[in-house]
Amino acid sequence: MRAMAEVPAIARQFIEALPHAAALGLRLEEIGDGRAVIALPYDTRLIGDPATGVIHGGAVSALMDTASGASVLCHPAGPLSTATLDLRIDYMRPATPGQTIRARALCHHMTRSVAFVSVVATDDDEARPVAMANGAFTVDRPR
Amino acid sequence: MSDARDEVLRGLTEGIPYLRFLGIRFDRAGDELTAVLPFAPQLIGNPVLPALHGGVTAAFLEVTAIVGLVWSGLAEGTAVSALPKTIDLTVDYLRAGQPRDAYARARINRSGRRYASVHVEAWQDDPGRLFAQGTGHFLMP
Repeated sequence: MRAMAEVPAIARQFIEALPHAAALGLRLEEIGDGRAVIALPYDTRLIGDPATGVIHGGAVSALMDTASGASVLCHPAGPLSTATLDLRIDYMRPATPGQTIRARALCHHMTRSVAFVSVVATDDDEARPVAMANGAFTVDRPR
Repeated sequence: MSDARDEVLRGLTEGIPYLRFLGIRFDRAGDELTAVLPFAPQLIGNPVLPALHGGVTAAFLEVTAIVGLVWSGLAEGTAVSALPKTIDLTVDYLRAGQPRDAYARARINRSGRRYASVHVEAWQDDPGRLFAQGTGHFLMP
């Protein structure tokens, strides 16, 4: 993983300043060339099942959506802005309580108006993903 | 019966930290349950428009589906032993979520002993003008 210092400050400030990203405590760890890695540190406010302490799936979705949008914005085609058109999420297993959840998003194709993204969320056991999603995003290109 | 259901509903909204984090509550009219997401600045994803974060919308639909399943189980006399677990969720973003209160209702299309399929529709001002809809599959406890 790249060190935080290598993430362009402006990119990190942009992502981390999005109000909901800030509320979740998201941290941008890597960005560039249509790829983004964003971390969600464990936070008891985000628990979905009080019996187990597992983070709610909605917070994982918000993490994956943010990472996906970031991967679109840093695609070499240089879109001006993006919004989610659709997101299809599979939840494979509960994230282990206490561990940071990390989403790795790849914008693998971009047309004039649509970007296609795949994203994987893992906790410390990176061989067994917590969730995976595919999304389609709008693209605003510079004229 | 209805008092017991209201009690369970209150237990869910107050007992699940993530529902408090988003500020989601449920309004009940007879058997019909409407999820309410009061607007708050921390729900914004795009500060330029401004628009609700797509992840907030996905979470709102998922919460509405899960609570809707528990609610319909209660109507049939099933006690809440544990919460349904999300298997998958597909979210269709129809238009940008405005910085205003949002509402959602779940429709349970199929509820078996192990699996359930739920459709959720979300709107802001006009219930006929959805800003998002979603379908999810859930593993029943």
